[in-house]
Amino acid sequence: MSNLVILPILLPLLTGIFLVFFNSKLAIVRMITKVMVIVNLIAVSAVAYEVVQNGTLVLKAGDWTVPYGIVLVADPLAMVLVVTANIVATACAFYAFHSLDEQRERFYFYPLFQLLIAGVSGAFLTGDLFNLFVFFEVLLIASYGLIVLGGTKEQFRESFKYIIVNLLSSILFVTTVSFIYAVAGTVNMAQLAERVGEVEQGGILTTIAILLFLVFATKGALFPLYFWLPKSYTVPPTVISALFGALLTKVGVYSILRVFSLIFVYELTFTHQLFIILAAFTLVFGVIGALSTNNIQLIVAYNIIPAVGYMILGIGVFSTTALAGSIYYLVHDMIIKAALFLLVGAMAAYSGTSDLRKMGGLIRHQPVLGWLFFIAALALAGLPPFSGFVGKLLILRGAFEEGHYVVAVIGLLTSLLILISIIKIFIKGFWGEDKLESVPSISIRKKVAPAAFLLFFTVLLGIGAEFFYPTVQTIGDQLIDPINYIDSVMKE
Amino acid sequence: MEIIMSVLAGLLFTAGVYMMLQKQILKIVIGTALLSHGAHLFIITMGKLNRGNPPILTEDVTKYADPLPQALILTSIVISFGVTSFLLVLAYRAYQTNGTDNMEKLRGNEHE
Repeated sequence: MSNLVILPILLPLLTGIFLVFFNSKLAIVRMITKVMVIVNLIAVSAVAYEVVQNGTLVLKAGDWTVPYGIVLVADPLAMVLVVTANIVATACAFYAFHSLDEQRERFYFYPLFQLLIAGVSGAFLTGDLFNLFVFFEVLLIASYGLIVLGGTKEQFRESFKYIIVNLLSSILFVTTVSFIYAVAGTVNMAQLAERVGEVEQGGILTTIAILLFLVFATKGALFPLYFWLPKSYTVPPTVISALFGALLTKVGVYSILRVFSLIFVYELTFTHQLFIILAAFTLVFGVIGALSTNNIQLIVAYNIIPAVGYMILGIGVFSTTALAGSIYYLVHDMIIKAALFLLVGAMAAYSGTSDLRKMGGLIRHQPVLGWLFFIAALALAGLPPFSGFVGKLLILRGAFEEGHYVVAVIGLLTSLLILISIIKIFIKGFWGEDKLESVPSISIRKKVAPAAFLLFFTVLLGIGAEFFYPTVQTIGDQLIDPINYIDSVMKE
Repeated sequence: MEIIMSVLAGLLFTAGVYMMLQKQILKIVIGTALLSHGAHLFIITMGKLNRGNPPILTEDVTKYADPLPQALILTSIVISFGVTSFLLVLAYRAYQTNGTDNMEKLRGNEHE
């Protein structure tokens, strides 16, 4: 039974390896990818259903007793995120068939794509800090391959910076793990949580906690460590930007959520207060960036940053409501960022430019794209019928309940600015006079379909909030009380 | 012994950070290599040095060196090895395509 836990990692990994051999036969590669993303999505959803119904599944690799071997822990939080990641991956795969040029597809796009998914799923599922580092590297190395794929001038320029920053934070991660091992004598998260609890987290452990936070904050693009993100996310082709925007930073956020709700929870007045302050800065600076530019892809890329700010705010407030809000927002944001990148990519492909000043009147040519984008913009800003509303409501309600008024007000105002920054694309790009010189002959229907698939989940998460909320509430309850996690891992 | 090793790792970190702040791409790559050496030295130091024999099961030996940090280092070494080789090829291609190895000149706002 517990062997099911490895499926979300094993399926994409094997598919990726398998695809390498059929590299030159593009039709076969596409077909295998098409079948396998769907099989994977179904398999992962089945495991997730099992976990949500019957509680956490723990896989002891090689049947070693717990602290000595590697454990994979599929608790409801991890499984919900794995399912979301696979929904995004499915949409991106179908978008890739119709948007990538053949040369890029031939040059191992699909194997790298599958390895990225394997790395992301592994990072969500692992119960061991060093193993988390290894899965981080799996997904990062796949992302290095994807970000330079095609080799244009801009890609080389920005990817070098991206790789250097990530390499530096990986080195810091290894160093921090070695400090943890010296202090606690273990790298298993559950046992670590136990031992940190026994000594009540002294000064040295808080220092290590902050080092670890710096590592994840770099991966998750938090103020002041977000500088590498916007440009490096806009240079690769759209489908790769969408994958990065939806998955990579969220793994950093998940790691912060896991580590600071499980292990380092005894110095809340210092660590979590710091998160709230940084969240406020992240919200403000990210949205300023989004307002500052006329490049539609850059606007979406900058909007990743305030979203991370909201989630960190929820973690910083650290009450059941706020944590549940963070989880809801995390799921919502993975889906909506992928959808927005895909829609913006379709816009740029149709009008032949990503400069907003050269666009206008697209609604006459592409009404479906226009209204889908409108829905996505409202969902991003957090208007009531869509999914962004529920998460933001819970986070901000948590902040008000715990007395963090200033940051909650900043959060509310930021929502308004996010709406302005994103609706600017709609107003300038879709309304106004027609600036297209001739009607392009390309069809973008097949590019819009995957985005519509993602937006369906946004609407579902918004309207069906009553249905999803109990699960998220349970996850929030479990997170606030680490005993649940420790018991389910450490028990025989 | 641990103190000397910590100081050495610290020096490696200092040199690595200095190299990473240089303008030439190749110097930055050397900086990352120095940094990963520093990190690996830290791992072996943090696992406590000088505890006993190499971790190979033999008769009449009761004290062994801690095997876990050694396994961690081995993993970390191959990962940084892979990334460094990728980085070197990338540096070469970036130099060919952009015509410069100066990071100052690799700025810019224009996209395709």
